[in-house]
Amino acid sequence: MGNPRTLYDKIWDSHVVDQLEDEAYILYIDRHLVHEVTSPQAFEGLRNAGRKVRRPDATFAVADHNVPTKDIEKGITDPESKLQVDTLEANTAEFGVPYFSMTDDRRGIVHIIGPEQGLTLPGMTIVCGDSHTSTHGAFGSLAHGIGTSEVEHVLATQTLVQEKAKNMRVTVKGEIPLGVTAKDIALAIIGKIGTAGGTGHVIEYAGDAVRSLSMEGRMTLCNMTIEAGARAGLIAPDETTFEYIKGRPYAPKAGAYEQAVAYWKTLKSDEGAHFNKEVELDASELIPYVTWGTSPEDALPITGSVPAPADFADEGKRGAAERALKYMGLTAGMKLSDIEVDHVFIGSCTNGRIEDLRAVAKIVEGRKVKDTVNAIIVPGSGLVKIQAEAEGLDKIFVAAGFEWRQPGCSMCLAMNPDKLAPGDRCASTSNRNFEGRQGQGGRTHLVSPAMAAAAAVTGHLTDVRELG
Amino acid sequence: MEKFNKLTAVAAPMPLVNIDTDMIIPKQYLKTIQRKGLGKNLFAEMRYKDDGSEQEDFVLNQPAYRNAEILIAGDNFGCGSSREHAPWALLDFGIRCVISTSFADIFHNNCFRNGILPIEVSQEDLSKLMEDAERGANATISIDLEAQEIRGPDGGVIQFEIDQFNKHCLLTGLDEIGLTLKKENKVTEYEETRKMQQPWL
Repeated sequence: MGNPRTLYDKIWDSHVVDQLEDEAYILYIDRHLVHEVTSPQAFEGLRNAGRKVRRPDATFAVADHNVPTKDIEKGITDPESKLQVDTLEANTAEFGVPYFSMTDDRRGIVHIIGPEQGLTLPGMTIVCGDSHTSTHGAFGSLAHGIGTSEVEHVLATQTLVQEKAKNMRVTVKGEIPLGVTAKDIALAIIGKIGTAGGTGHVIEYAGDAVRSLSMEGRMTLCNMTIEAGARAGLIAPDETTFEYIKGRPYAPKAGAYEQAVAYWKTLKSDEGAHFNKEVELDASELIPYVTWGTSPEDALPITGSVPAPADFADEGKRGAAERALKYMGLTAGMKLSDIEVDHVFIGSCTNGRIEDLRAVAKIVEGRKVKDTVNAIIVPGSGLVKIQAEAEGLDKIFVAAGFEWRQPGCSMCLAMNPDKLAPGDRCASTSNRNFEGRQGQGGRTHLVSPAMAAAAAVTGHLTDVRELG
Repeated sequence: MEKFNKLTAVAAPMPLVNIDTDMIIPKQYLKTIQRKGLGKNLFAEMRYKDDGSEQEDFVLNQPAYRNAEILIAGDNFGCGSSREHAPWALLDFGIRCVISTSFADIFHNNCFRNGILPIEVSQEDLSKLMEDAERGANATISIDLEAQEIRGPDGGVIQFEIDQFNKHCLLTGLDEIGLTLKKENKVTEYEETRKMQQPWL
């Protein structure tokens, strides 16, 4: 036997096609997910060079960023958004790439439908021209975002030229308390290590708290890995994973499934494997988190207060805090739970899955959205929407005063009509609170679905544990 | 892709940490299906007022820096989204080199695919370069990729590290897809072995 290897080492080793020179390797890509925003220039590149898509069967496309979440039957009215989606449709037809159209029930956010359809499997390499591709690492697949030039490279060659990243392990121990979710764990980690804490690394999440998460929770955790600077997050697959995959449309069928599971069971870090960086967290000490600033690392427990720039030792961080307070319209020292919101957004590839919607329904059932708050719920896919409606969740949401929308990326990045106006303040289950992210001048506070539901009801950031 | 070898140019100082790709190119400009033409939208929300006129105090609107080809920026430059529109916008504006203490991984990769050189330096060197850049148009900075050197306006030299593959790509303006396609037989071989070992893929 060779040296003990990490899960990342194992997946990497099994995908190396060739070494080019020094640190550069050709890495085989098993699954390539494609959406409308980062692919048009890549398909054009192929066309100009007279190249084909090497493996259309390993490629999958869907439009998500630009699609409206209201009256989808009427099509897209914004001409630029329409052109981008039409271009994807034409490109997938020309190059023979499977595509879920905007009227297909199975469509949705690319990182929701990959796992939902069984396109995401343990041990795979998965890429997409989208940084939240890290989501798929929840299955023990090496998954990360790429740029458009790399999209073109994968389309043409089914490989990427890569350098190997370093190994980092984040161990989350202990029992997760009531009211605390995978989103809070993710924000706590990013608050601790910073948005550049994982740069140059692949993060493996371990520990009994991580093991206790559902696949939905694991996806939320891996989704936010890019916000900690690491391109990919990984969780070793286990029975929870295998159970989730079983029977999904593109998953291995009986016979092949058993063979696959036998292999998937080998996908874990060996005892004694070396990690370049180790971080530990005790989940049992966590309480729900919110962000106060314009970087995901500006995360604090809801019981805290808005910090002052002087609280930061680092000069760069001090400057950033000053700028963030001004942008966010907040005063140092005010209690986080006193921050009033006028918008609530529930959805995105971070928190747009069925479990997230169930968590919201639990809080808002029998309650009302405060009349000063505009609250929307956007399911992550058509199938999540159908499932939620089958469970009667939509009725709970509408009765409480939420708008129940059609699937898409929506107000996570506001490329479609759903956006904040300057000065609007939003409690959002999405992943980024950057300046202008949800609309120019809009102010974002990142929270879990349960915390977003609580804010919708009270009209201010609220410790969901107080609502019981 | 345009080659990169030597560059002597004005450097614009941006002493902000965590400059994210949403700042570099806001999402309303991602709806294009072209690579070119994004330079006018670079840093749009910091660079323009609501009525579309320029924010006078934004660095790239100041006369000294309108023709800057180098950016000196705070830590963790290019964090956030994978959008290659960020390097496209920088390049279309005329920026060929960004110097910081660290870069987000995907942005870093995207730079090399577009003939932009990202250089990582120590905090001490960054502070010195930031001071140099703040002196404006009379204080140009020179980059020599082959020698891996930054030369400041006062003649001070900073050595930088870069991995050899990316260096080679920039120096030669290499078509990476063409290079990989030369290894197509290896890819085919790999696929055949995989089909035997993991037939479910």
